[in-house]
Amino acid sequence: MARMEYIDAIRLAMKEEMERDEDVFVLGEDVGVKGGVFTTTKGLQEQFGEERVLDTPLSESAIAGAAIGAAMYGMKPIAEMQYSDFMFPATNQIISEAAKIRYRSNNDWSCPLVIRAPIGGGIFGGLYHSQCPESVFFGTPGLKIVAPYTAYDAKGLLKAAVRDPDPVLFFENKKCYKLVTGEVPETDYIVPIGKANVLREGDDITVISYSLPLHFALEAAEELAQEGITAHILDLRTLQPLDKEGILEAARRTGKVLIIHEDNKFGGIGGEVSAILAEEMLYELDAPIMRLCGPDVPAMPINPPSEKFFMLNKDKVKEAMRQLAQY
Amino acid sequence: MKTVTEVFMPQLAESLVSATIDKWLKQPGDTVDMYEPIAEIITDKVTAELPSTLRGTLVKILAGAGETVPVGAPICLIETASEGTAAAGSASGGTEVAAGAASAQKQAQTEGDHSMRGRYSPAVQQLAAEHKLDLTLIPGTGLGGRITRKDVLAYVAAGGNAGGLRQTSAPQTQPAAIPSPAAAQPEDAKHAAVRSSGLHLSETPRIPQVEVEGQPIPGRGETFIDVTPIRNTIAQKMRQSVTEIPHGWMMIEVDVTNLVVARNKLKDEFMKREGINLTYLAFFIKAVVNAIKEYPIINSVWAVDKIIVKRDINISLSVGTEDSVITPVIKNADQKNIAGLAREIDVLARKTREGKLKLDDVQGGTFTVNNTGSFGAILTQPIINYPQAAIITFESIVKRPVVINDMLAVRSMANVCLSLDHRILDGVICGRFLQKVKETLEAFDAETKLY
Repeated sequence: MARMEYIDAIRLAMKEEMERDEDVFVLGEDVGVKGGVFTTTKGLQEQFGEERVLDTPLSESAIAGAAIGAAMYGMKPIAEMQYSDFMFPATNQIISEAAKIRYRSNNDWSCPLVIRAPIGGGIFGGLYHSQCPESVFFGTPGLKIVAPYTAYDAKGLLKAAVRDPDPVLFFENKKCYKLVTGEVPETDYIVPIGKANVLREGDDITVISYSLPLHFALEAAEELAQEGITAHILDLRTLQPLDKEGILEAARRTGKVLIIHEDNKFGGIGGEVSAILAEEMLYELDAPIMRLCGPDVPAMPINPPSEKFFMLNKDKVKEAMRQLAQY
Repeated sequence: MKTVTEVFMPQLAESLVSATIDKWLKQPGDTVDMYEPIAEIITDKVTAELPSTLRGTLVKILAGAGETVPVGAPICLIETASEGTAAAGSASGGTEVAAGAASAQKQAQTEGDHSMRGRYSPAVQQLAAEHKLDLTLIPGTGLGGRITRKDVLAYVAAGGNAGGLRQTSAPQTQPAAIPSPAAAQPEDAKHAAVRSSGLHLSETPRIPQVEVEGQPIPGRGETFIDVTPIRNTIAQKMRQSVTEIPHGWMMIEVDVTNLVVARNKLKDEFMKREGINLTYLAFFIKAVVNAIKEYPIINSVWAVDKIIVKRDINISLSVGTEDSVITPVIKNADQKNIAGLAREIDVLARKTREGKLKLDDVQGGTFTVNNTGSFGAILTQPIINYPQAAIITFESIVKRPVVINDMLAVRSMANVCLSLDHRILDGVICGRFLQKVKETLEAFDAETKLY
């Protein structure tokens, strides 16, 4: 097993899937010659040629639309949105077409499509390179949404997404690319879509999160353990469909739940997780459900003090965790 | 494990909002197979059998015979054996006793503030009920002196329940006499699991109880008759037709002597070959369909800002029973010959009398034919079968003296009456239409092809 960066795990997953299945191909802006603006697709065009690693025009709607058509025709496209912020011109294709093809054709057609899009801020990207758009797509039945945090999950979930018979949005966190490293097997494996994962066990509070904020939660939990507070940390991994059983099991462990995400609070995934807990296990809750999220302002600011204010960090997460533990 | 699932009143047709249970074919305790009829239901139009959507055992009937149930409302419970995990099964399970990490040292910090001392979380109340604890005896380490779930678990682990409430000697699993939330919850959970989708009604709506008398009331010369669902539908449709459609009326008389002769010649042979009657009605419908093909506007519907002309010619046929009239439909009547029409008439009339009409048999009519001659009328003024544009009747055939070429002759004559929606149709077009019907009818003779 090799220790590798999150971004390498994503690249490895694409490479392995393209080697395994000739129908898999990659398309997006600058994914070919340049190898992606983050180097996620570096080396793929050299290995697989121009016909399987396509540089597209700057038109996300066309990228998604072409990928949907190819998927319906039996191909397995991996479409890259350079930043998830640029995904919105393609939302009509994704929500009104990709998500509904199987349903509206009564199972005659399917759309085995993967759309990769880097989410998240804290990289001095400002308004249009930092957004977390998961709440926009979250309420669309017919779409699957995954957002891995570990390098292991990044590879395993991307491979599962490629093999999934339906459209999957793969939200990789751009700050995790180099920040997160981990043991990643160089063998073929998948991480099942729809299963959450316990990253750390504890008895005082349960933290439910996904993507980058887990990094802060794990750091904070380490420090809080010295104060005698142990945290049970659940990585959702898949946002649609949510792993209800996994969520309930983790929450029952302590009866005190803190939900964390970088996407803004109102209308975010946390609200839905919280509703599941309220519906299913009200009588086992020991404290009000807490949420720690990005503020409800239109976007990540560009000036450093405001970006710092917007972003979650270890201290903010630790403070929230301590508050809940003491409640 | 067994799960109990509700069976809902299905949407049998787009326009249907409710249906009445006529009778139950299965009783509680009976096993039910997939698609097996469990009840007969009466809709606005027909009686239909309701197939089961599940395989299992009928546990309970929620809507009795005679009850009218909205579409989507539950009508019975069926228990099925399945491996589904009970979503709410762990009502009392999921609490594992943690190691008794006594947190008395923390208590000192929060000694001063007791504002949260009396605020018990659901988890704490549930644990207290489960272990029969007096919460006032448990030290709270949470915010404002609140008793946390962990405090209760630590207290239990330390054997604290020995000094608890009066029923300490009772077995732990035995619920206290007072119904505690914990004891009540499995009941609720079980109930909640029954519903997986659909309308969430707490109670099946009841039909109002109306005093219905079958016998004459002494001293009053009146009898009350219960209005059946079909009678009610007829009443509504008739009133809707008369109030919405400005009816016009026309009549024409037809010399069917040749047809009578021809039919008398052909009918025995036809009976032998086909096993059914060669009726005048089959010839009449053929003539009507021919005329509709010439004047398609007859086959239309008023849609306020437009007139919808129907391409398919589906003839609704008025069939009377003892206490009602139903209009089963001959689909695509223009594609059938006279023999085919005769067969269709025979099948539909028999199904109507036996009450075996399916919903599909009565839907989609575009024009109505009423064989009023069958009950001896020579002149009627029919009410249009809403929302169609016209209705035509075929009256009794009677022998009458008729003047032909200034000479008297005895001919078989029949009247044909037409009620028309005057918003769509006027006298000229209807006159031509009736003329066409007349011409076709008078042209039928022994040479006419039945096949």
